[in-house]
Amino acid sequence: MSQQFSYEIAHLIGATQLMAGFGLLYQRRVFAVLNTFAFQALALAAAAAWQAHVQHAPHLYVTAAIALLFKALAVPFALHWLVEKLGIHRTVETALSIGWTMIVGVALVALSIMLVLPVTAAASALTRESLALAMSVVLLGMLMMITRRNAVTQVVGFMALENGLILAAVSAKGMPLVVEISIAFSVLVAMTVFGIFFFRIRERFDSLDVAYLESYRGDRS
Amino acid sequence: MTLATLFDNPLLLILAIPLASAGFLAVLPSWRLASWLNIVVSGTTFAASLSLFVRRPEPTKLLFIDDFNVYLVALTTFVGFTTSLFSAGYIARESAAARLSDLHLRFYHSMYQAFLFTMLLALSANNTGVMWVAVEAATLTTVLMVSLYRSREAIEAAWKYFILCSVGIGLALFGTTLVYLAAQPVMGDGADAMAWTLLIGQAAKFQPDLLNLAFVFLLVGYGTKVGLAPLHAWLPDAHAEGPTPISAVLSGLLLNVALYALLRFKMLIAANPDTLAPGPLMVLMGLSSLFLSGFMLMRRGDIKRLFAYSSIEHMGVITFAFGMGGPLANFAGLLHMTMHSLTKSGIFFAVGAITQNLGTKRLNEITGLTVSHPALGWGLAIAVLAIAGMPPMGVFMSEFLVVSSTFARQPLLAVPLIIGLLIAFAALATRLTAMLFGDPQPAQRGHGPASGLSTALAYGPLWLHVALVMVAGLYLPAPLVAWFETVAKMLG
Repeated sequence: MSQQFSYEIAHLIGATQLMAGFGLLYQRRVFAVLNTFAFQALALAAAAAWQAHVQHAPHLYVTAAIALLFKALAVPFALHWLVEKLGIHRTVETALSIGWTMIVGVALVALSIMLVLPVTAAASALTRESLALAMSVVLLGMLMMITRRNAVTQVVGFMALENGLILAAVSAKGMPLVVEISIAFSVLVAMTVFGIFFFRIRERFDSLDVAYLESYRGDRS
Repeated sequence: MTLATLFDNPLLLILAIPLASAGFLAVLPSWRLASWLNIVVSGTTFAASLSLFVRRPEPTKLLFIDDFNVYLVALTTFVGFTTSLFSAGYIARESAAARLSDLHLRFYHSMYQAFLFTMLLALSANNTGVMWVAVEAATLTTVLMVSLYRSREAIEAAWKYFILCSVGIGLALFGTTLVYLAAQPVMGDGADAMAWTLLIGQAAKFQPDLLNLAFVFLLVGYGTKVGLAPLHAWLPDAHAEGPTPISAVLSGLLLNVALYALLRFKMLIAANPDTLAPGPLMVLMGLSSLFLSGFMLMRRGDIKRLFAYSSIEHMGVITFAFGMGGPLANFAGLLHMTMHSLTKSGIFFAVGAITQNLGTKRLNEITGLTVSHPALGWGLAIAVLAIAGMPPMGVFMSEFLVVSSTFARQPLLAVPLIIGLLIAFAALATRLTAMLFGDPQPAQRGHGPASGLSTALAYGPLWLHVALVMVAGLYLPAPLVAWFETVAKMLG
């Protein structure tokens, strides 16, 4: 298999993940957000499996399996169930309109490409492009956390950010501990889902909501 | 691994003791026994960490000890030990007042040891990835402890802490990956390109642009955990709503560990001549933390929030000092890290005793402490004066060094630094006089009865820390000075 072909496939999968990142930003319904996230996690699983194949690094198949079973299946199902069980709002509450969010998102992608490509001149093309895509996914995840108010959509934003981080880690050739890191992240994610359920954080994560911060500037009495 | 190798490498022992205790304390039904065992194992870990000074183990693939982290390991185990003493008395009263159930307490002790384990692992890890996993695990264990009281405020504080710090360490991981990518062409694939001991020798050959980009992510990521403005939003809530012994170790230890992670990466950047200087960014974040917290200190109504903001202030001063760089400023930063750790955890011991004695955290309900509880009131007075930077205590000395080294090199930067320090000093001093003097509060509102033992367990560690800070202000042993100097040189 030629170098070029493996690069094209990795590029395609990475770009799919980025498109899913944009997809997350323009959904208006919580269930649609969950489905889009599951799709992004699926793309991550494919990316990890492809890197495992290209780099001859069988341990990355474990990362791919975690992404597939835990993030693409278990977590979306659990969140779906939570939304129904706790009666969480089914529509996405935005702090910034969807149009503006998309524009900022495009700007962030441009920023990461402009930042990453010049500094990675020494690395292989595969690593460079993946890294630029991964950083875009990370920044889009952060953007989602900032501009969406429900606890569930914020958690999805965090997991999308994490998808980008794992994409960067699997693309860095020969990086050790990737499996351990993806397990550590899975524990974090499981905790957030558990936290929503256990503490019934239903409406929004108040403390990131600017409107709420106004009244919270002093101490709570 | 056999028992012999465990005793052969004291570092493994230092990590194994808290890890094993975390498991054991989780299944031990009696919390009373657990709180004593917690003291015993924390004391043993401290004793084991002292052996590192006598004989330093060879670095392995995963763990290492050098001049820099050995003193932080010792400090962490020491404060872990004194806090376990305070915690035993605190827990007994909380349980007597039925504020915590037996199951919560079992969980609490297990998590306390797990937390110590993760911090010690982060400090001694010889691999950037292991260090990252340890810092992440430290976040998880503390989130669980901050939410221990299960009140609405506690849960919200824990959630906020969790989300903000998760994003922070997420960005730190991206930075870590970038550092690996910078190292990989030189060091080859695999674990070598993540080992501190190997990275530092080769850092000059790494690609500088990639290191610059990585450092921005690392500064924002680990900086969130240090509590630097404007990424500090989680810190006051997490300190205020958790159990007070946890506030003491969060302020005294966890912030140091996060800063240590950042400084290790700064050493790599400094070892590469073509990178941008990381100093100005750190100086800027340090100053903004100092100013923000200085003004916030003035308006606090909650005693634990007050001292949480004071922690942001001091982390700002320390980051400023390391940002200035050079032997003298680094020396001051290291000294300040130690002094802040000791003083602030001591203050939280006093705060824990005050909230339990008076049954309130509101500052306007805390008055006349010198009349109602003289030993506590005067202990708090000395500790707060120390943290505000009054001579002759240790914090004064380190702040004086920061200011004078800044004057020598960048006189203009010294002006905002001094103004910030004065604002914080004024805010703390006015708060302190209100707490110490005036009419004492009626005593019947406290949480649970104060036995002689629980009082001794609260006041003992407080006075021990106060005494250490006072002695350090008057006299630093020559070996300690020599050693701070070596580390200051390492930091570049």
